[in-house]
Amino acid sequence: MSGAETEVAGQAAEKAQEGYNAGEQILHHILDSNRIEIPATGVVIHLPRIEIAGYDFSITRNIVMMWIAAAVLLGIAALAARRAKDPVPKGLRGFFEMLILFVRDEIARKNIPQHADRYVGYLLSTFFFILSCNLLGLVPGFGTPTSGISVTAGLAIMAFSMVQVSGMRVYGVVGHFRNLLPHGLPAWLIPIMLPVEILGMFTKPFALCVRLFANMTAGHVVILSLISLIFIMKTVFMAAVSVPFALFIYLLELLVAVLQAYIFTMLTSLFIGMAVHPSH
Amino acid sequence: MDKLNLALAFLGAGLGAGLAIIGAGAGIGRLAASAMDGIARQPQAAGLIQTAMIVSAALIEGATLFALVICIILAFK
Repeated sequence: MSGAETEVAGQAAEKAQEGYNAGEQILHHILDSNRIEIPATGVVIHLPRIEIAGYDFSITRNIVMMWIAAAVLLGIAALAARRAKDPVPKGLRGFFEMLILFVRDEIARKNIPQHADRYVGYLLSTFFFILSCNLLGLVPGFGTPTSGISVTAGLAIMAFSMVQVSGMRVYGVVGHFRNLLPHGLPAWLIPIMLPVEILGMFTKPFALCVRLFANMTAGHVVILSLISLIFIMKTVFMAAVSVPFALFIYLLELLVAVLQAYIFTMLTSLFIGMAVHPSH
Repeated sequence: MDKLNLALAFLGAGLGAGLAIIGAGAGIGRLAASAMDGIARQPQAAGLIQTAMIVSAALIEGATLFALVICIILAFK
């Protein structure tokens, strides 16, 4: 929070002659960029632009934030696994084990009827990666990778692939698609059911993608708007109203970060469960 | 004519956001009411009901935020 405030203050001071353009400032904080600006020092790191065969593969801020989130996650997990042979988990390892068991029992085993343990690895990765990406955005100076739609689209594509692969592994390629239609369906219903089911196959991961993206972006936009109000009103007394409000939204965002990671993982496991064992 | 389009886009974005939040507020309000009823009837199921309530609220919020994303696209184009 303090990082966002200092950045906004710094840039507003630069453009004092031009007035304060709230929309531009908010967009600047939300959108991906090719530079990393470290807030309090004014150091700007320009990231390399890499073009392969006409496609833009350059390293952007979201990618660096994803690396940082992954590195933090690996570091903390390595710390937690230090004495994995001890029968009684304590401290950090106990906390991690609580989360891992929660994902395995409540999410994987509840939703996937058979061979749930095969998918626990993927579900754990999804949960912890999305959790660390979401939480990284709340630290001042860092950005949220999951507030870029490309990142969430990538996660949704992975989820989609897992669902298809899991279904095809059990029923074969043709059998998996035949599962879209329930048993004993009257023939005249097939032209209606089939497009709906095929569309549903694609809209479910799309909904996962947009849900995560919108939840993360909306939280940041609200906080940035509240802080921008201080600069629009050009009075410091606005801060007495804006900052507590922004603090409340910040705490709400903390809840939303954890909740969205859980929801993404739970829905993915639900879809895998539906593909592996269609209830009809 | 271009200014008219811009004005209509902003109007559409504002109205859309307002309508979306009415839908979300009504839906989550009903959800909270049912959850309160359930907890009042069976206090020992309070933990389960609370978990289900939070999850359902997040899913309804997800649907609302779809609409919000479209409004944001309208407002910034």
